[in-house]
Amino acid sequence: MALATSGPGATNMVTGIATAMLDSSPIVCITGQVGSKVIGSDAFQETDITGITLPITKHNYLVTHADELARTLREAFYVARSGRPGPVLVDITKDAQQSSCEFHWEAAKPQLPGYRPDLSPAETEYEQALDLIHNAKRPVILLGHGAIVSGAMNEARELAERAGIPVALTLLGIGALPASHPLNLGMMGMHGEAWVNHTIQEADLLIALGMRFDDRVTGNLKNYAPGAKKIHVEIDPAEINKNVKVDVALVGDLREVLRVMLPKIESIDRSEWMHFIDQLRGDSAVRDIQNLPDTGHLYAAHVINDLWRETRDGNVIVVTDVGQHQMWEAQYYKHEHARSLITSGGLGTMGFALPAAIGAKVARPEAEVWVVVGDGGFQMTMAELATIVQEKLKINIAIINNGFLGMVRQWQEFFYDRNYQATPLLNPDFGRIADAYGMRNITVTERSQVIPSVEGAREHDGAVLIDFKVEQEDTVYPMVAAGSALHEMIRRPSPIVETAEDE
Amino acid sequence: MMNTFVVYVENKPGVLTRVASLFRRRAFNIDSLTVGRTEKAEVSRMTITVDADHDQARRIEANLYKLVNVILVENITREPAIVRDLAMIKVSATHGARSHVLELASVFRARVVDVAPESLTMEITGDEDKIDGLLEVLRPYGILEMVRTGIVAMRRGSKPTSVARAIGSVSAQIADDDVQQSV
Repeated sequence: MALATSGPGATNMVTGIATAMLDSSPIVCITGQVGSKVIGSDAFQETDITGITLPITKHNYLVTHADELARTLREAFYVARSGRPGPVLVDITKDAQQSSCEFHWEAAKPQLPGYRPDLSPAETEYEQALDLIHNAKRPVILLGHGAIVSGAMNEARELAERAGIPVALTLLGIGALPASHPLNLGMMGMHGEAWVNHTIQEADLLIALGMRFDDRVTGNLKNYAPGAKKIHVEIDPAEINKNVKVDVALVGDLREVLRVMLPKIESIDRSEWMHFIDQLRGDSAVRDIQNLPDTGHLYAAHVINDLWRETRDGNVIVVTDVGQHQMWEAQYYKHEHARSLITSGGLGTMGFALPAAIGAKVARPEAEVWVVVGDGGFQMTMAELATIVQEKLKINIAIINNGFLGMVRQWQEFFYDRNYQATPLLNPDFGRIADAYGMRNITVTERSQVIPSVEGAREHDGAVLIDFKVEQEDTVYPMVAAGSALHEMIRRPSPIVETAEDE
Repeated sequence: MMNTFVVYVENKPGVLTRVASLFRRRAFNIDSLTVGRTEKAEVSRMTITVDADHDQARRIEANLYKLVNVILVENITREPAIVRDLAMIKVSATHGARSHVLELASVFRARVVDVAPESLTMEITGDEDKIDGLLEVLRPYGILEMVRTGIVAMRRGSKPTSVARAIGSVSAQIADDDVQQSV
């Protein structure tokens, strides 16, 4: 729920709304509008915000009379939260805000004759899906954000356990199955671990649960999981056969669909398949970057791994921005609970972390909130430090500071002959910025200082900013280059190390 | 192939923009779009033709359903249907050519709706091919001005695509079935 004034206030919400649209986040935005009599006259601070946000909202409204307001707001919250959630914007003219009307809760009931969020699959589709699952020798579950939105974490876990099927997660699916679960392979896709992507490519059945086969997850579609049949359980019919053609589609709420299926799932021994996957993992399975020698360099992966070790027993929400640090977080912070990672997936909105962390802390004040953010993204919204201080929010900020827009730099290194165009950053002294807000801060340049700095931040009452000055030209491995097949990864220099320096 | 969709929408401001914007955003080109009233004041009916293959047509249908103001979508491409376009054609008809032009109009069952000293304006209703055919034979005489409405379509036979069915609880059920079939 967000409020903004007309014109620039409304347009400033656009990136946030688009972020919510791509990640199916239920939000209701209310914007002010000029008086209904002057709409269309280019009045002061007039902007056609319903027109601007039309393609990036699930639905939007322009309210010009006070008596439309109650029903519209009820509809807005209903539409935002039901079915596949998404952003709804309600634009309210000044005269509608300032006049008054009789209010009747019942009369303001939503009237949406065309809106049907509650679809469910046909009996035959269930049978086809069960048939495929029972006949598969090498199945994989692809678990996405829909599992969390639908609250189907337990059902998905039960399906995996009962049928003995390994689970790969999307970025936004992280936490839907505990990282420590033996069937959890980890994150798939562009920066997924090699064994996860190989498992998908070798599978004979993909069971996609609440995910949408985003291009960051599939790699080149032409040779994506070529030997696999595909089952797609998805609440949004428009996602079916959009990117990947599937054999069976079950359109409906994931939790309800799984609840129907679970009693009919037979337990099948798939130890051969699991053994194959273990071999794919090989040495990587026991890889623990904690044991790697300290070479005097500070690597982002070590910072995040240490942060995880220190905070793993807490009630922690990690909020990340977008870029290299986001991928390292996804790889090295082992999330055990749903909604313990908040990140911008589909839109990849830099500058997301700090404001999103404020939202997370306000919504769940009892949680320990950590912002993991790059030096580039941090500067896009660091004005929100004022909000943190003003509202006395206990938020810990870990800047993974490599002096570059790191992910873009990485692409420039690999594909553009190290032509570092517009990626090196002339950063301010983040510590002094924190000082200016009266916020405690520390700068970390060595690996041995990581854990003490995290401990110190946790013990301090107020917000803390830690500036981790990490290796500048470090690379996120593995990487599926754009246009490559999912198994054609640029691998780590050695499977058991994080960087070339570790060898 | 050309697909014909009949789309019932709530008769509210901005709905046409939502539908048109959807086609643009999903990179489909609308060939023809008509919109008008129905027997129910709160419901409008659109006929949309769009070039799309089978899978694309299903995605268009599913995406149309995602618009909150869309009540019912029917792809009647493979159904027996009456499809009509209306054109007004102002054609040069000088003294010598006038009788020929009138003859052609009568062969195509076009009605002459305006006569001027140097031209005739005729109105023709039919499927697109018929109108294209008339235009073809009139072209040598000189077409001065032409306007077409775009097509409207209705399913043949007694099975109604009636608005009564399209709103209220019964319709929601029917629409659900349609969505599931399209998957």
